Amino acid sequence: MADYESHDYDVIVIGAGGAGLRAAIEAKGRGLRTALICKSLLGKAHTVMAEGGIAAAMGNVHPEDNWQVHFRDTMRGGKMLNNWRMAQLHAQEAPDRVQELEAWGALFDRTDDGRILQRDFGGHRYARLAHVGDRTGLEMIRTLQQRAVALDIDVFMECKILRLLSDADGVVSGAMGYWRASGEIVVFSAKAVVIATGGVGKSWKYTSNSWECTGDGHAMALWAGADLIDMECVQFHPTGMVWPLSVRGLLVTEGVRGDGGVLRNSEQRRFMFDYVAEMFRAETADSEDEADRWYKDHSAGRRPPELLPRDEVARAINTEVKADRGSPHGGVFLDIASRRSAEYIRRRLPSMYHQFMELAGVDITAEAMEVGPTCHYMMGGVRVDADTAAATVPGLFVCGEAAGGMHGSNRLGGNSLSDLLVFGHRAGGGASDYAEGRGGTPVPNRAEIEHSVAEAMAPFERDEGENPYELHQQLQDTMQTLVGIIRTGDELEQALERVEELTFRSSRVAVAGGRAYNPAWNLATDLPAMLTVSKCVTLGARDRKESRGGHTREDYPSADPEFGKVNLVQRQPSGGGVGEEVKIGSEPIPEMPPELATLFEENH
Amino acid sequence: MADVIMRVWRGDRSGGSFAEFRLAAQEGEVVLDVVHRIQATQAGDLACRWNCKAGKCGSCSAEINGKPRLMCMTRMDQLPEGPVTVAPMHGFPIIRDLVTDVKFNFEVAKQVPAFAPPPRPEGGHRMAQADIERGQEFRKCIECFLCQDVCHVIRDHEENKAHYAGPRFFVRFAELEMHPLDTNDRRELLRQREGLGMCNITKCCTEVCPEHIKITDNAIIPLKERVVDASYDPVAWLGRKILRRRRASPSEAATHGR
Repeated sequence: MADYESHDYDVIVIGAGGAGLRAAIEAKGRGLRTALICKSLLGKAHTVMAEGGIAAAMGNVHPEDNWQVHFRDTMRGGKMLNNWRMAQLHAQEAPDRVQELEAWGALFDRTDDGRILQRDFGGHRYARLAHVGDRTGLEMIRTLQQRAVALDIDVFMECKILRLLSDADGVVSGAMGYWRASGEIVVFSAKAVVIATGGVGKSWKYTSNSWECTGDGHAMALWAGADLIDMECVQFHPTGMVWPLSVRGLLVTEGVRGDGGVLRNSEQRRFMFDYVAEMFRAETADSEDEADRWYKDHSAGRRPPELLPRDEVARAINTEVKADRGSPHGGVFLDIASRRSAEYIRRRLPSMYHQFMELAGVDITAEAMEVGPTCHYMMGGVRVDADTAAATVPGLFVCGEAAGGMHGSNRLGGNSLSDLLVFGHRAGGGASDYAEGRGGTPVPNRAEIEHSVAEAMAPFERDEGENPYELHQQLQDTMQTLVGIIRTGDELEQALERVEELTFRSSRVAVAGGRAYNPAWNLATDLPAMLTVSKCVTLGARDRKESRGGHTREDYPSADPEFGKVNLVQRQPSGGGVGEEVKIGSEPIPEMPPELATLFEENH
Repeated sequence: MADVIMRVWRGDRSGGSFAEFRLAAQEGEVVLDVVHRIQATQAGDLACRWNCKAGKCGSCSAEINGKPRLMCMTRMDQLPEGPVTVAPMHGFPIIRDLVTDVKFNFEVAKQVPAFAPPPRPEGGHRMAQADIERGQEFRKCIECFLCQDVCHVIRDHEENKAHYAGPRFFVRFAELEMHPLDTNDRRELLRQREGLGMCNITKCCTEVCPEHIKITDNAIIPLKERVVDASYDPVAWLGRKILRRRRASPSEAATHGR
């Protein structure tokens, strides 16, 4: 048996975005031997791309804001499919987590009286997003990164984890992977493992997600025996760039609309007024005059329809484009140029200004942007206990985008960064408690290690075979065209067949060259997770025969109250792996206690 | 459109050379798009580091036609006609092809004494927007390390890295030194350990910064002035003696570390 580089810790955290960093900070702060493992360099994770802000009911701009209002907004945004306890903890704890960032050096934009400024965003009743211009994610990741450095946390950079490892009793006891620089195998044993690997967007063709978002954690947790819930709930952000093609999907922050930007079709009409769902009618403006008054004074009018939750806006744009009222490159127009001064736009939205100027040659202070929906966020994920972030297999904790439940069927803008902080903190605490209570030394199963090594190395042993880039591209085409923003039963059945076929072909991938920093091989080792997640999304979408939040079925266009009471749960009962069987079924969502349920009655 | 010809450096620590690739041109592409197409169709194992492809993460730094730039923010149609040359950053050891070993930067980061605010008052700290704007400029840094790559103090002088932090970290020091709430004093550390005096303000770092941070004017020169004030100004020295202002002493700050 080969002798691999090995490390032993109390807690290992896989993923170094906002959630992973926050979890590692918590575990290390409590004195546990902690490792942070990430497949890119530290500080490059997808969190860095978050733009608009961190939602937290601090009440700095609107003193009437509080956690109950934030909780209610979050649940309504998620079409009530959320895990109520996660949404409650999130709303209650987000303000403390933001203050903590400031104590670690973050420099948020300020109110006139010197407190943290908060901005408006879709679905939030009050201006609630703490922010730094339109680069809040960078501020957050840098602050957490610098805190992690200050605490002297051991960081394993450019280290790709392939599999979780269990001990003889099935308790998660570590993980194995390889160094990207050398391709050498590395094995970690740990008393508790935290997954914070982020999203899954790289399985779609047009996505705002970065290279890393391949669903590694979702897949590894499933393979290790954990439950996934509501994987069909994928958020398509309404405003991605549509041109040039090479940057199609790149995010255009919701802050543009929060700061006064409006959506228009080719007839120059503010079409969002035509798409206000019953659920939001009472609190949404019904004329342009009223909507414009709201920007100046929130008590002088109701909210503009451009600030409806993302699922509503994305579907509306999709409909306009299909009805031939789109922009020249197949999107719609997002116009802030005619509504705000150039100076204001450059100050509030510097990255957007820069991004359009450099990549599209468009000056957003002078002309409208062309935007359209882009695959953005996975609401579904590993089923966890709200208080501890524990998954359904012992020894495993999951936080951030890899965890399911918090956002229901649709996430509100700004609730992601706060989710990372609140549940990163809780997962770090949950894992620490577990590690402290776990006796003995964890011993990962040797056979699992050998099996995973053999699987990872197989592409080098084939002289001829499938090209991983080609398979990836075909998977992206499949998910984009058949499991996109609007879905139908027939197309989902086709998608399942294609994903099965691609899964089979992925077992015959061949890679040339050596193991040292070989991107073809790196991609080949990402494919099992991407294929697994794609299958779960498609299965969930097939079985949720209704439209709710980020999941829209053309053949079942309305929400079904019965489906509103259940999570779709997926697991692999007979052995975990990319080609193995996935079982799907529905289970009741946790019931909200009466004192919270009253928040949704008429007078609130 | 005419074909694109790209010459990409390929090799490892033991040496290498430029390999030429020819591809059909596509509208609106950036250099990183072309590299990705080379990987997908001609050289699957061509190593390059990238993450966001949106100019926000600072991973895909390289030297394009000899100039340090982000591959994801360099449009092909804005480069001069003819072959495009893409080489790894020269200032760091090669791992493979376009990927360099930037560990030096993560080591220097550990030397920076952390932010040290006073206890949080009831209702939170108050800071005026005007007082944090300089710090916010510095915190735009995406750690692409192009400034470290181009800085001539270390570009061809590996030996200087042991006692020179480089522009990226002068920006970091400046951000902390100008933070309205910070109580640490890092000036002596900057003078003795981080080699601030070795920078002779040629502004090469400012020129290559993709975030347009005025590294030399807004970070390095003011830091130099502060260090000079602390170390060489007899009036300030006397003032400190008499008034006994209680800040962490420079040596404390330097050893307090993290």
